[in-house]
Amino acid sequence: MPATFTRHQQVDIERKDTGIGGKPPLIHRPTGGGGDGENWENHSEGNHGPRELLIRYRLGVFFALAGDLMFFIALVSAFFVRQSTGHFDVHNNYITDWRALPIPHILWFNTAVLLLSGLTIEMARRQLFHEIDVMEEWLGLGRPAVKRAAPWLAATLALGLTFLAGQWIAWLQLVHEGYHFLSIDPSSHFFYLITGIHGLHLILGIFALVAALIGLFALKKVEFRQIAVDCVAWYWHAMSFFWVFLFVLLVFFQ
Amino acid sequence: MPCILALLESSRVAWMPPDGALHGPIVDKLMFWNLVALCAAAVIAHLWLIFALLRRRPSSGTVPAAVRWVLIAAFCVMYSWMALTAQRLWAASRYDGPSLTAMHVEVVGEQFQWYFRYPGPDATFGATRPQLVNPAAGNPLGLDPRDPSGADDVVSSTLVLPAGREVDLQLRSLDVIHGFFIPGMRLKENTVPGMLLHLHFTPVDLGTYPILCSQVCGSGHGRMQARLMVVSPADYTAWIAGRERVRAEEEPGQ
Amino acid sequence: MKRVLSRIFTADHRTLGVYYLYLALAAVTVGTILSLMMRVHRVWPNIIIPFVGVVKPEDYLAMVTMHGTLMVFFVLTTAPQSGFANLVLPAQIGARKMAFPRINGAGFWLSVVAFLVLISGAHITGGAAISGWSSYPPLSALPNSGPGQGLGMDLWLISIGIFCIASWLSAVNMLATILGERRAGMTWSRLPMTVWAWLVTSILTLLVFAVLLAAVILLFSDRHFGSSFFIPMGDMIDGRVVGRGDGSPLLWLHLFWFFGHPEVYIAVLPGMGLATSLFANFTRRRVPGYRVMAGMLVAIGLLGLVVWGHHMFVSGMNPYAGTAFALTTMAIAVPSTIEVIGWLCMLWGGGLNLRTPMLFALGFLSFFIAGGLTGPLLAQPALDAYLHNTFFVVAHFHLVMAMAGIFSVFAGIYYWFPLITGRMMNETLGKLHFWISLIAAYGTFLPMHFAGLAGEPRHYDRLTGPAIGFPSLIPVERGITYSGALLAAAQLIFLWNVFASARRGRIADENPWQAATLEWANGTAPKRVERGPYDYDLPSGGGGFHPQWECPAQQE
Ligand code: HEA
Ligand code: HEA
Ligand code: CUA
Ligand SMILES: [Cu+2]
Repeated sequence: MPATFTRHQQVDIERKDTGIGGKPPLIHRPTGGGGDGENWENHSEGNHGPRELLIRYRLGVFFALAGDLMFFIALVSAFFVRQSTGHFDVHNNYITDWRALPIPHILWFNTAVLLLSGLTIEMARRQLFHEIDVMEEWLGLGRPAVKRAAPWLAATLALGLTFLAGQWIAWLQLVHEGYHFLSIDPSSHFFYLITGIHGLHLILGIFALVAALIGLFALKKVEFRQIAVDCVAWYWHAMSFFWVFLFVLLVFFQ
Repeated sequence: MPCILALLESSRVAWMPPDGALHGPIVDKLMFWNLVALCAAAVIAHLWLIFALLRRRPSSGTVPAAVRWVLIAAFCVMYSWMALTAQRLWAASRYDGPSLTAMHVEVVGEQFQWYFRYPGPDATFGATRPQLVNPAAGNPLGLDPRDPSGADDVVSSTLVLPAGREVDLQLRSLDVIHGFFIPGMRLKENTVPGMLLHLHFTPVDLGTYPILCSQVCGSGHGRMQARLMVVSPADYTAWIAGRERVRAEEEPGQ
Repeated sequence: MKRVLSRIFTADHRTLGVYYLYLALAAVTVGTILSLMMRVHRVWPNIIIPFVGVVKPEDYLAMVTMHGTLMVFFVLTTAPQSGFANLVLPAQIGARKMAFPRINGAGFWLSVVAFLVLISGAHITGGAAISGWSSYPPLSALPNSGPGQGLGMDLWLISIGIFCIASWLSAVNMLATILGERRAGMTWSRLPMTVWAWLVTSILTLLVFAVLLAAVILLFSDRHFGSSFFIPMGDMIDGRVVGRGDGSPLLWLHLFWFFGHPEVYIAVLPGMGLATSLFANFTRRRVPGYRVMAGMLVAIGLLGLVVWGHHMFVSGMNPYAGTAFALTTMAIAVPSTIEVIGWLCMLWGGGLNLRTPMLFALGFLSFFIAGGLTGPLLAQPALDAYLHNTFFVVAHFHLVMAMAGIFSVFAGIYYWFPLITGRMMNETLGKLHFWISLIAAYGTFLPMHFAGLAGEPRHYDRLTGPAIGFPSLIPVERGITYSGALLAAAQLIFLWNVFASARRGRIADENPWQAATLEWANGTAPKRVERGPYDYDLPSGGGGFHPQWECPAQQE
């Protein structure tokens, strides 16, 4: 049973599904202006034009990341509060249990790797919006953009995995030095929490990358390929941004 | 009618328990006039509503914008008045500490019991250590026997205070957050584990006042109550002297 | 089989909206039964309650916690926002569907999981959590700090964590829809007030639930991974020292109330938007100062992010911070006041068309005034120092949140029922339901002010304790219980009305309320939206109006 009730069929159901295939997903229309039947009036306010879907997905990713940012900000504020708290010992002097954590040097390497992966994925993204290629793909004369983008994506994937491996090594080193998660040490708790949660985000990112890579070849429509790569790219950028943010915190603000 | 006048005259809220603190009457007065103002606003608003309901025939005459802005301004004035008056009181009671002549009593909350510790003749509290806490052995606060200044500390389960002398309460908690609440003294502050909070006031009227726990703290929350006895200074000195004697006798034992 | 599954896990927003309402209904039923048990136990402490037996103190606290959590999270966060928004938001902005139907569905099913996890807490050994819906540590951080604080507390945390993610998903979907999917010409100044409200609540949801999630994770790690974010040094529970680090309980309070206060506005803002629409519709008047009203909704949302400290005046927070938060809190009363005065001015002209939805909108207004006005009183630290955690606060938020919120839900259901079933709800039953609920609600929650002023604290399972008994309050409490029972009973009328009307209700005609907003357009949506949402009372007079789907060509 349809739980809701419609008296009429929505008139605009039979309208051809919008924005996809009708036009090459470019900003300038190569045909010099809407010659065909697509009247953009039927589209939503704000995102007219061939980029409609793309913009929708971008919006989604950006909002999701805004929430994520708040999440990390909450963690960080907790970090600062926790750092400042302490108690009075028997002799009435204020002591705190906060010991600055030795940051494993490999983290610097990891950071570099992550930043590099930011560059590579941006390259991949750019490829897919390269006008000539997009036109060519849209006209079905081959897939130059895909060919150019795939290696960059693969490189990002590799770098991402390297980063995760690096983080894992960092953890092992810390455990080796006696700062394991279950030790009663606030800074190490924060370290594991922050790196761990960020790592989880990156694992998700890796899955997304793989999906994008597959999609790059599987997806039929130029626009969908663009969306896949574009969204992953923005997500990835945000993750490297968050990492720099957290890394600076861990290194300079203990 | 006369009863209403009498009420306005007394300008205190009938349902509130009689208060015995120096700052009490001001609080009651403020509470009373706040309630009067707010009830008036609520009544006026509802009269307005009823009037609108009774007007069956719509009148095109809308409320002139001027009236609206006047009303809004009036409420802004009211809110500012509330903010200012209340802040003066708040500042007086919380910003500046107790006078130097104030006597000191430590209030300790633990599931589900209040303890009150008097520093004794030396006017300094002995050190405590949670490891030593042992109510069965008569040491509910974990007084450290090695600390001489603790030798004359008196621990009581009722709060006995001399009338007319300012008291500085030092609030502690051993386990979870409790709420130290003396309705009769218009006094409330949470006792937070790991924090030492100060609360000062002056009891004036002799009598017995209940002490409640106002912050949910576990299954015994509703039972976690004690008594405040405000006595004449003479009775107080007699009482504390008695307690000191008892303490001195049990002292060797500890 | 596959078709059945695709029916159940549908991505159709209107179906999801109805599902959300069912979820809220389930939650509110449990929550109400709990509240009645609480009420009965308070006045007859030794009475034996079916299925519970003699209520032990921890049972009572578990009931309070469950009641609060269910009502705030699973009733007033789901029904007015996700429920109604899924039902009508796309239609109101002239979109064919939500931006991300699947994410939308995922959000719903996650909330269902969260709900099940939460109520499963009642059936486990030790019972459900007892530390209140704000779960202050160390009580909530130490499994042996009380019955129900073990597995029960874990379940509470897990449930809330899942709920955070769920509402995060639906907020993303909602925002993307409102910003991206509006029909051409549906400019900001042509949005119905409900859409403005949903915009603000979605932004708030996005910002504050993330913080709550972080707090929940930290607390969970305190409980299970030996960390000490919230447990102070030397903290001890039943004779054992457990605090090994310098944690700070106040940190939780700040994180929680940074979420908690915006949360309560998330609960009430959709109601404010709906009330504005209904007043316009049933008085056939335009919204005076549309921009102001919309702007004030936004202002409330933004200010709501900086007032959380008013829950912490006497929590050990720095007194100067107390002053600062008192001032911001006073500031937030101003936009609300402007809204209320705006509504009162809309109603001034009279000639109200008192159909059931309008009645409930008026009830919302009445409760919002009565409950809201005690807000500025509580916002004064000097007075809050007496009233904090007394029944005065309980009275405050039951009037302004519980009753105002629930009445706006009722208004929405009576109003949009034709969109769901194609039938009208029974007017007489509706009016009966309204008047009984209104009177019973005031009878229940006004006397609580007296109890609070008399100094009776919250979370007390009985009136008489070792040092204090409130003999003068016993009749008051009795009265509260009776009228609470009446209030709950009145809801049976509502439920009967819903399910009976869904079958045999009068078939609704095209646009039953002669409303101008797009959800009543019945698919005749225009290519461009050319007018505002409240084009009632035309200069030509005669109660005519321009619906938003009317194209300029068609008019006069
Ligand atoms: C939405 C919020 C909400 C609602 C509706 C209610 C409803 C009620 N509440 Fe509750 N209450 C809270 C939120 C709410 N409460 C919170 C947050 C707390 C604090 C918890 C804590 O301290 O941790 C609390 C605590 C609380 C206490 C304090 C306990 C204590 O501290 O000792 C009491 C005591 O009397 C109480 C009583 C009642 C009663 C009698 C009702 C009656 O009104 C119940 C009658 C029911 C209705 C009027 C609802 C009818 C609705 C429908 C039929 C559904 C509509 C349809 C759809 C949704 C599809 N509540
Ligand atoms: C929907 C929910 C909701 C809403 C809208 C509000 C609105 C407000 N609340 Fe409330 N509040 C809660 C839900 C809500 N609150 C809850 C759940 C708690 C308890 C949490 C817990 O401890 O469990 C709480 C607790 C609470 C406290 C802490 C009390 C304590 O624990 O000690 C404070 C203190 O400042 C406060 C203040 C306010 C203020 C200033 C407003 C303002 O926004 C009010 C604005 C409205 C008005 C000012 C009325 C306007 C009408 C008029 C002015 C009439 C016009 C008249 C004429 C024209 C004649 N609230
Ligand atoms: Cu101690 Cu409640
Ligand atoms: Cu608040």
